[in-house]
Amino acid sequence: MTPRRKRMLVVLGVLAGVGIASVLVFRALSENMMLFYDPSQVVAGDAPRGRPFRIGGMVTKGSVTRDTGSLEIRFVVTDFKHSVPVTYTGVLPDLFGEGKGVVAHGRLTPNGAFAADEVLAKHDEKYMPPEVAKSLKGAPPQGST
Amino acid sequence: MIPELGHLALILALCLAAAQSVFGLAGAFWRRAEWMAVVRPAVAGQFVFVALAFGCLTAAFLGNDFSVNYVALNSNSALPAFYRVAAVWGAHEGSLLLWILVLATWSLAVAALSRSLPDTFIARVLGVLGLISAGFMTFTLATSNPFTRLMPPAMDGNDLNPLLQDFALAVHPPILYTGYVGFAVAFAFACAAMLEGRLDQSWARWTRPWTIGAWIFLTIGIALGSWWAYYELGWGGWWFWDPVENASFMPWLAGTALIHSLAVTEKRGLFRGWTLLLAIFAFSLSLLGTFLVRSGVLISVHAFATDPARGVFVLTFLTLCIGGALTLYAWRAPKLGSTAGFELWSRESFLLFNNILLVIAAALILLGTLYPLFMDGLGLGKISVGPPYFRAVFLVPMLPLLALVGIGMHASWKRARLGDVKRPLLLALLVALVFALGISLWAFGRTTTLALVGLTAGLWIIYSSLRDPISRLRKRQSLSAAVLGMSIAHFGVGVFTIGVAGVEAYKIEKDVALKPGQSAKVGGYDFAFRGLRNVDGPNYSAIEGEFDVTRNGSMVRVLRPQKRTYRVQTSPMTEAAITVGWTRDLFVALGDSLGGDAWSVRIQYKPLIRYVWLGALFMAFGGLVAASDRRYRTVRASEALPADSAARDTA
Repeated sequence: MTPRRKRMLVVLGVLAGVGIASVLVFRALSENMMLFYDPSQVVAGDAPRGRPFRIGGMVTKGSVTRDTGSLEIRFVVTDFKHSVPVTYTGVLPDLFGEGKGVVAHGRLTPNGAFAADEVLAKHDEKYMPPEVAKSLKGAPPQGST
Repeated sequence: MIPELGHLALILALCLAAAQSVFGLAGAFWRRAEWMAVVRPAVAGQFVFVALAFGCLTAAFLGNDFSVNYVALNSNSALPAFYRVAAVWGAHEGSLLLWILVLATWSLAVAALSRSLPDTFIARVLGVLGLISAGFMTFTLATSNPFTRLMPPAMDGNDLNPLLQDFALAVHPPILYTGYVGFAVAFAFACAAMLEGRLDQSWARWTRPWTIGAWIFLTIGIALGSWWAYYELGWGGWWFWDPVENASFMPWLAGTALIHSLAVTEKRGLFRGWTLLLAIFAFSLSLLGTFLVRSGVLISVHAFATDPARGVFVLTFLTLCIGGALTLYAWRAPKLGSTAGFELWSRESFLLFNNILLVIAAALILLGTLYPLFMDGLGLGKISVGPPYFRAVFLVPMLPLLALVGIGMHASWKRARLGDVKRPLLLALLVALVFALGISLWAFGRTTTLALVGLTAGLWIIYSSLRDPISRLRKRQSLSAAVLGMSIAHFGVGVFTIGVAGVEAYKIEKDVALKPGQSAKVGGYDFAFRGLRNVDGPNYSAIEGEFDVTRNGSMVRVLRPQKRTYRVQTSPMTEAAITVGWTRDLFVALGDSLGGDAWSVRIQYKPLIRYVWLGALFMAFGGLVAASDRRYRTVRASEALPADSAARDTA
């Protein structure tokens, strides 16, 4: 094998390695990325079914209910145009509350409700996740505090 | 009056930083000794005025001067004095001032400890540091002045974010910043070497202790942040792959690579261009981290309020710094190339693989962190990249790295003969595997691939790092601080790996609903909920739960988690109760009242989690020992010697 050909083989090997690696990385990326939808998009049917995604908006005032003593909680997320009911079982973050911004991760159930496996709330009073702020922008400020 | 004094001091410091950079860079270029002589006094003056500005802001906090907007927003008269000082860097403006103070301190240290370095070289180093400093001061004065007055003054302050009212978080930012900003020194050394057109082994020897110093602080800072997130955020995890955590982790990975590549440059004069690039990357990633945190473009726990003007400024600054340095690199680096060779089976190639793997890891994290920004920018929808991505892709470069650490330590330069250590290392690998199996089956009752691989790798690295120092001590041979430090740091890697494997494989997290008198069983422990009572703190009131933790009927500990409500910001805060142990942590956090005196409670069993932070501490301590090596001090005394021959003597 001439040195030239050897070098060519090395270069090809490296290229193939990089190619395979990047395919794997981008697959890992697309499998694990979570799309974000606001309630209007979910109601319009844009959100995927059978695949987890994130939904964000405001927790509608007076919508938080739970059975006494149960870990399961139900609330409604709204962008003031449309609303989606959400269910979640577990401990809620400190800053979760009615009339406050929330992002939930989970999937749609066949009856149109959103079953969350993780609920994130704003981490301080002033801070709001940019995506929530954007999805609330242009909405009438009714009920917001 | 005091805030105005601080403002004035900051402006004067900016002028001095400008003088420092102009006289440093121009003086070195035209070789004007009288210009270069101005640089050191300018550094000292800049430090004095920055410290004065910082002191003024601190005084405003301690004196509860609510006529200053920043104080009114982030402090309160009921806030304990310690947190009033910590509140200085509790938000954007003050943390920038802290950044500047840390940079001024590093610059002062470089100016004071570099008497024996060539004049033009050190003038350039300080000139570059002055440029960075001037950039950040301009940013602060133009967009985020902490001294702005509030008219009319507030009656009382808005209080510090309750999440930040905690010891670890009070000291986390200064330590983390010291690490971040410390890479500016390595960056400045790299730029100066390129401007000078000279990069030899003594350059690597000057740069090494500074880089290790910054790396030590960054390591401790990240560990502190992780520890804080564990007990204070109330979630009980130790790493969340949050964008801001990633922002501090990427410079750490690049810095770790830099430390290793500097070793090759110093000992063998190789990897010169690569070392320069890593120095540029480490600092660029630090700046990128600052940008990500400050501009609010990312959704994160740490994100401060969004202000587009600030984002644009930092982004411009980032582009100038990285672009400038890379242009310089493209222009000058080809002249600095090295010619010596090495064989595939040698310490050089182990370190090369270390570098490649660490850089790949940093690149994969960078991709995952910035991907949502690209997607959003291109209008392809809002996405976030979750922890599963990071967990999956991070292991790919890290597992081979762990395998290489054990062997690499025993490989010699140029051409390694592993003959005499091959057998003990293989044997140790087998023993480690048996131990790992034993630990996982005996202590946890089951095993997983992750646990087995992690525990084996951890134990093996521990053996491998201890082997050399112990045998040398036994034979009463001398052991240089550099080698000892390396062994300690790698020992820390082993300890860390064991901790990660243990906690990730065997942790138990459970959310339960409990009424007083009821109990829950998690990980072999019984958590009996005794009841609730009200407690009052200085600026909060709290509901405190009491849990008796028992194991097979014998008492382990009483845990008292709290749910606090801070009076001013009226936001609830979970204060988890944790009992710490060598083999496991038990963690209880109060959730919400579920009605009918039931409460939601999060109970966690975290085996071996302490070793995660203990390992990080060992790494930092190893760095400290290595940086104290005598040769970094003697090189200053013998600096007059031609650089290359001095390096060859000790290589």
